Amino acid sequence: MSPSPAPPPTMILGVIGADCHAVGNKILELAFREAGFNVVNLGVMVAQEEFIAAAIETKAQAIVVSSLYGHGEMDCRGFRERCVEAGLGRILLYVGGNLVVGKADFAGVEAKFRAMGFDRVFGPGSGPEHGIAALREDLAARGAALGQ
Amino acid sequence: MGSSPSLYLLGDVGSTFTKLCLVDAGAPAVLASAAAPTTVGTDVNAGFDAALGRLGPRAREAGRILVSSSAAGGLRIAAVGLVPELTMKAARIAALGAGGKVVGAFSFRLTAQDLAGLRELRPDMILLAGGTDGGDTEHIIHNAGALAAGLPGVPVVAAGNREAREELERIFAGRPEVRFAANVMPEVRRLDLDPARACIRELFLERIVAAKGLDRLRSRAEVVRPTPEAVLRAVALLSRGHGGSPGLGELLAVDVGGATTDVYSCAEGRPSSPAVVLRGLPEPFEKRTVEADIGMRHTIAHLLEQCDVEEVARAARATADEVRAWAGAVAGDPGHLPASEREHRIDAALAAAGCRLAVARHCGWLEECYTPEGRVYVQEGKDLGPVRCVVGSGGPLAAGGPRAGEVLAGARRAPGESRLLPSAPEFLIDRRYLLWAMGLLADHEPAAALELMKRHLEPC
Ligand code: B12
Repeated sequence: MSPSPAPPPTMILGVIGADCHAVGNKILELAFREAGFNVVNLGVMVAQEEFIAAAIETKAQAIVVSSLYGHGEMDCRGFRERCVEAGLGRILLYVGGNLVVGKADFAGVEAKFRAMGFDRVFGPGSGPEHGIAALREDLAARGAALGQ
Repeated sequence: MGSSPSLYLLGDVGSTFTKLCLVDAGAPAVLASAAAPTTVGTDVNAGFDAALGRLGPRAREAGRILVSSSAAGGLRIAAVGLVPELTMKAARIAALGAGGKVVGAFSFRLTAQDLAGLRELRPDMILLAGGTDGGDTEHIIHNAGALAAGLPGVPVVAAGNREAREELERIFAGRPEVRFAANVMPEVRRLDLDPARACIRELFLERIVAAKGLDRLRSRAEVVRPTPEAVLRAVALLSRGHGGSPGLGELLAVDVGGATTDVYSCAEGRPSSPAVVLRGLPEPFEKRTVEADIGMRHTIAHLLEQCDVEEVARAARATADEVRAWAGAVAGDPGHLPASEREHRIDAALAAAGCRLAVARHCGWLEECYTPEGRVYVQEGKDLGPVRCVVGSGGPLAAGGPRAGEVLAGARRAPGESRLLPSAPEFLIDRRYLLWAMGLLADHEPAAALELMKRHLEPC
């Protein structure tokens, strides 16, 4: 076999739950694609099962979840367990957007999502570039090449 | 045979009746049609000849004889995919679009039990999908191995992740009844069904036609495609038009049969407003579904179970007991035709209920989601609300005479209904049962086929 460049890593992107904020999702899609990822964007109002189904078919390395409307904690519950059930126990799970509601502090929110099994939790002021840097780092640590 | 090149003899073989239709594509005109009981048990030619005898002498001048086949019991396809809502569903949609009858659908890794189940289903063919291009290869490779070992000799169309192809070619080496097509779902939520459809047709013609004894027709006729696929082609032509002749635009067609009900749509079906979010797999412009449990004779008991018998009785101005009695009578004797005025009303009311159920399952639906501060709408499947034209075809509908309109009214969306049926359609009836024939003619004479459909479909 001739050596071919490693294909770009695949990631699933979407806004979880009944959340229909569409603008940030488009920006994230473009930014991650620009950064060399194979982005499978499921858009807004995506259920946990849809993220997982898409990850199985595409053999994705990461699922990047957005939640903008303030119900992220509820929508994300049980996500990691479901991945484990589906045979995706080791897939990288990221979440970001507007996760901090009311007067809660980010450290507490982060701890909560980490406990739910998310590998990275992004707080207020985190843009696509933070997600991209983190994903590159995590994939490198796992030995997956970024096709560039 | 064969002195008039513009004369086409079109046939449909394999279901209860062998139907023939003689068309002059030059005029164009439908010259004659006839039917005779199908004789697959002995030699299909006997039934064909019987029908031919009823067509008159001109039929022998036909320059071309094209036949579609509803191959005894339909083209039985088992769909195998990875995730149920994604590649398994894509495989189902592809199989239906190719005119098949999906006898079973399997996902993830085929187990020994699945294989036993598959063998029992006796599929004519297996459509094997799994993985987007560049995605998962593990499952489809495992499943190919399982099928190669567990169901040797059964034709397979492999239409999954292209990165698994080399491995699959190795697994299926020396198996001429295995074909490879482009992935039915190359990307999440994008379908590419035509290549798989073409492979299914190819295998159907090469293998299945012979297996069902239809190859005996070969010396005189070209068996070209499964009947439901011919109908889908006719409906697509009628919708899109040809050359300078416009089509009827987006449309829906219903064929209420004795055993099954087929529904075809040619429509985009996108959400009607930007406020509606589309979920799930996007469906093809040309879509077919078939309901194996909705029919007017063989399966009428299942239909009865699923519809509101009181309502059917009210529509027929009869009692629920009379409706049940009628259903019992025709289930035991599929040739039984309505005689009295009341029986006609009951038959039509049941057909309307069947039409409604089948069309509702074909259409997408709208779901209201309440978020803490507002309502959002989610659509799954096709919104056929804007579809302006519904075509009715099939025995009971045509035989329903003046009641065809009542039957087709079942395809209209009721106020408040969550299923996205056509909201204000006009109805056309295929009284001469021409759609399948025009689908065959469409390959060679699309202009004539279009013209004849426009001429012979009657408003009702
Ligand atoms: C436009 C808008 C709407 C529009 C959305 C139109 C559409 N289809 O997109 C409409 C009017 C429909 C709407 C509705 C609602 N909205 Co609104 N909306 C906004 C608004 C003004 C802008 C959103 C936007 O487009 N921002 C621009 C994009 C580029 O930024 P972004 O979405 O934040 O995404 C970026 C980052 O968050 C980050 N990011 C996102 N995800 C991830 C993930 C990872 C891993 C990483 C690294 C980064 C990351 O990167 C993105 C790209 O730069 C915001 C306020 C605001 N200024 O943000 C409120 C806001 C998001 N809405 C809010 C609310 C409460 C609602 C409603 C519940 C009711 C309401 N009050 O209107 C409904 C919910 C409807 C629903 N089911 O989703 C709240 C959320 C509160 C919270 N989470 O604590 C906000 C913050 C307003 C507020 N301050 O109260 N909204």
